[in-house]
Amino acid sequence: MSTHEPGADLDPGMTGFDLVREGARRDGVEIVHYAPKFPVPGTRRERRIERTIASMFLLAGAAATAFVVIYIVLPVGYSPGYNSHKWMTPLLGLTLGLTLLGIGMAIITWQKKLFPDEIAVQSRHDQIPNEAERTLTGATMLNMVEELGIKRRPLLRRAALAGLAPVGILAAAPIIGGLLKDPHHPDILFHTGFAGATKDNPIRLVRDDGSPIRPEEVSVGGQMTAYPGIPDGSSVKYADSSALLIRLRADDALTLQVNLHSRGNEGRMAGDLVAYSKICTHAGCPASLYEQQTNRLLCPCHQSQFLITNNAEPIFGPATRKLPMLPISVDDEGYVVAVSDYTEPVGPGFWERP
Amino acid sequence: MKRRKVDVAALPAATARQIDDRFQVATPLRRMFNKVFPDHWSFLLGEIALYSFIVLLLTGTFIALFFDPSAKEVEYSGSYTPLKGVVMSQAYNTALNISFDVRGGLVMRQMHHWAALLFMAAIIVHMFRVFFTGAFRKPREANWIVGVSLFWLGFLEGFCGYGLPDDALSGTGLRIASAITLSIPVVGTWVTTSLFGGEFPGDVILDRMYIAHVLLVPAIILGLITVHMALLVKQKHTQWPGPGRTNHNVVGVRMFPGFAAKGGGFFMIVFSVIAFLGGLFQINPIWLFGPYKASVVSAASQPDWYVMFLDGSTRLMPAWELRWHMFGHGYTLPPILWPTVVLPGILTVLPLFYPFIEARFTRDKTAHHLLQRPRDVPTRSALGAMAITFYMVLFLSGGNDVIADKFNISLNATTWFGRIGILVLPPLAYYVTHRICLGLQQHDREVLVHGIETGILRRSVDGRFYEVHQPLAAADDHGHAELDYAGWVVPKKMNRVGALMPSVRGFFRPIEQPPGQPTEAPVSPAPDREEIGTGTRQR
Ligand code: HEM
Ligand code: FES
Repeated sequence: MSTHEPGADLDPGMTGFDLVREGARRDGVEIVHYAPKFPVPGTRRERRIERTIASMFLLAGAAATAFVVIYIVLPVGYSPGYNSHKWMTPLLGLTLGLTLLGIGMAIITWQKKLFPDEIAVQSRHDQIPNEAERTLTGATMLNMVEELGIKRRPLLRRAALAGLAPVGILAAAPIIGGLLKDPHHPDILFHTGFAGATKDNPIRLVRDDGSPIRPEEVSVGGQMTAYPGIPDGSSVKYADSSALLIRLRADDALTLQVNLHSRGNEGRMAGDLVAYSKICTHAGCPASLYEQQTNRLLCPCHQSQFLITNNAEPIFGPATRKLPMLPISVDDEGYVVAVSDYTEPVGPGFWERP
Repeated sequence: MKRRKVDVAALPAATARQIDDRFQVATPLRRMFNKVFPDHWSFLLGEIALYSFIVLLLTGTFIALFFDPSAKEVEYSGSYTPLKGVVMSQAYNTALNISFDVRGGLVMRQMHHWAALLFMAAIIVHMFRVFFTGAFRKPREANWIVGVSLFWLGFLEGFCGYGLPDDALSGTGLRIASAITLSIPVVGTWVTTSLFGGEFPGDVILDRMYIAHVLLVPAIILGLITVHMALLVKQKHTQWPGPGRTNHNVVGVRMFPGFAAKGGGFFMIVFSVIAFLGGLFQINPIWLFGPYKASVVSAASQPDWYVMFLDGSTRLMPAWELRWHMFGHGYTLPPILWPTVVLPGILTVLPLFYPFIEARFTRDKTAHHLLQRPRDVPTRSALGAMAITFYMVLFLSGGNDVIADKFNISLNATTWFGRIGILVLPPLAYYVTHRICLGLQQHDREVLVHGIETGILRRSVDGRFYEVHQPLAAADDHGHAELDYAGWVVPKKMNRVGALMPSVRGFFRPIEQPPGQPTEAPVSPAPDREEIGTGTRQR
């Protein structure tokens, strides 16, 4: 721009689209093709397209009105059975969808059918690196370092580093320190709600509602989920504690007893009853699909399978460890009790796990 | 002059003048209006992701007004009778209230969830587009890296959202997440107790996930999307090779009004699809799952689809665990470490650096603004097909119990199919794709040399039959009409060279070919051979 007043170089004779083209040219854009869709205005085809677009807008308006009416009129809340409460969500979705569809189709049709055809070509000249610019900016940046004199002043350099490093740690400290929680004090990874149970001081196995369980109440070949009989024992507070209490068929119980015997785990069943942790040793889902015929316990999350008659060893899937056993017995009043905590850590593996 | 009349017609111009007096926006504004965008259907995929994110913000803000992420136990007293009197967390309680007792709450919740699924799907398909066309090459590596980060952030955001309602499924997902963090070597247990504020589930995790889900992660996503768009504007869009298109220009329509109108309309349509889905198709019916209980299994517990591939990798992992003794103590590397910590790590780092790895192998240091057809880069396309196959095997394995059940095959057989498939199928996909690419290349060049098959059979005087071919260029002095391949689409049918009406119209029609205008054959000689070449051709 050589003249004194910017913009005085514009040819005063230019009007309308010439100005648009000139503006584009200054932005590096060449409009190489520009033609109205309808060179002769008001043809029947053009009017038909206009009517189509108009009807789309009107459809949007009608659907929006319907949305508001439905929103106000239909009852909210749940009511069992088939009734008008069930209509709210689908009708709102339908009318909202139609509203937006109407607007969207109208705009796109307008653009596609009525806007002039255009081909514009924009140059990428601004994406070509400019060596002179680089040199100038580089020199400016080097000058910043120069002004600081960091090279010449080693004392300042070292002092700044030494002074600022602790500030970085300071910034990180509240975040890490606030969240940090020791997993070993208290030692939550190795104990469950059955912690503290002994032969003399057993903890009862209870149902969801806190009621104790008699051995007869588990049918032969059946199973039941049991929780520690302590306050809140069945709540998520003791998420690792639940046990699967299984009553084996007599011959299966014998197989398991023999297997336990060979591993020195004798005396941990109560008759045909046995209790294993319900928490899968793979990733902690409740492993609770018990196949009576094969005595297999299947975890639904990643399909690990545990063979109960072989001391709940994993036989398929990604789990690597057996389900921990809960040593049980029957107390004087005839209820099932745990005589110790689980014999090993419950649930998924971790680094410090032996 | 006491009384001044306001000249309404001159008002916009006067206002504009006042604004420009103060801010001098005339030039930058016009530059933005005049920005040229190339047109191709595959460029809409990223837009779908952007629009679904906007819908996520809108619907998410609505449900957040009624949601309380508290683990405090309350007795349900809402209108959903089957759960009356059940003790549950306040989070689950308010999620139920949103579903039943907030007017329009369920449609908003379902739209939010559908938008999340669509968001992730759009991101992934958009990423395929960028990969297979080489749009990530210099100078666009940074935007590729931003894109990969957006995928993982979307994944994290979705996972946190899935955990919020505290139903049986969210709880199971969280349980597995805690097992994953537990498996990290050395610091796993510390990380887990620090995240959960003690033992799983504890009572802080919902609040922490909530703040991550509604503030931290969305803010980062929004920031990254801004960077993504800013880089796109600065570097300008890539374009497909074609008549008049070179490495030094962009051919298309100006942003205003043409491109903006199309984009705005398309946003409305994406929004409307989400509204239809949210209203008419049930998603995550949390009231059927019940509140989370650590000991209760949820039937066919499946995560959202974008998490399923990691579920699959976890299922396929053989029961391999490393245990050893050291300083009088035993240590463990659990099997879940490999498919859920190490694998995602690889799946983050490898894509992140792919643009640089490829440039290294092809020794390509030049900037590219023209896209490549997948067939012209067989090695990359084959690698992509290999990655997709790997992903698909994992994805299907994530639902292997459903597959086993529906098709009545043994569950263990589907696991073994996955374990073998993950080793065998990806290399097979590589080989097949590579061959297909070469075959397509060869066919393109045959057509350029011999012309298009017209389908017209002639019989010569000596009784031989032959098919008439339409050459694509005028014959030279020797009667040859050969064309070099220029990276453009080669017409294979007569109607593509204007002998008949185009067979595909509308959406797929290139903008160079306005209706009613004589069609320019897309094979006119390239104006600038060197630049339009397919760049680094790998064989
Ligand atoms: C990238 C973006 C996002 C994704 C992928 C995403 C995904 C999800 C998913 C999958 C759920 C499960 C909930 C259900 O089924 O109802 C959810 C819930 C939720 N989201 Fe988002 N979301 C996103 C952004 C947001 C934003 C920006 C907000 C708020 C400002 C938000 C607020 C919520 C709330 C409050 C819930 C709990 C809803 C409930 O009561 O069920 N989300 N989100
Ligand atoms: S949690 Fe049981 S198999 Fe993974």
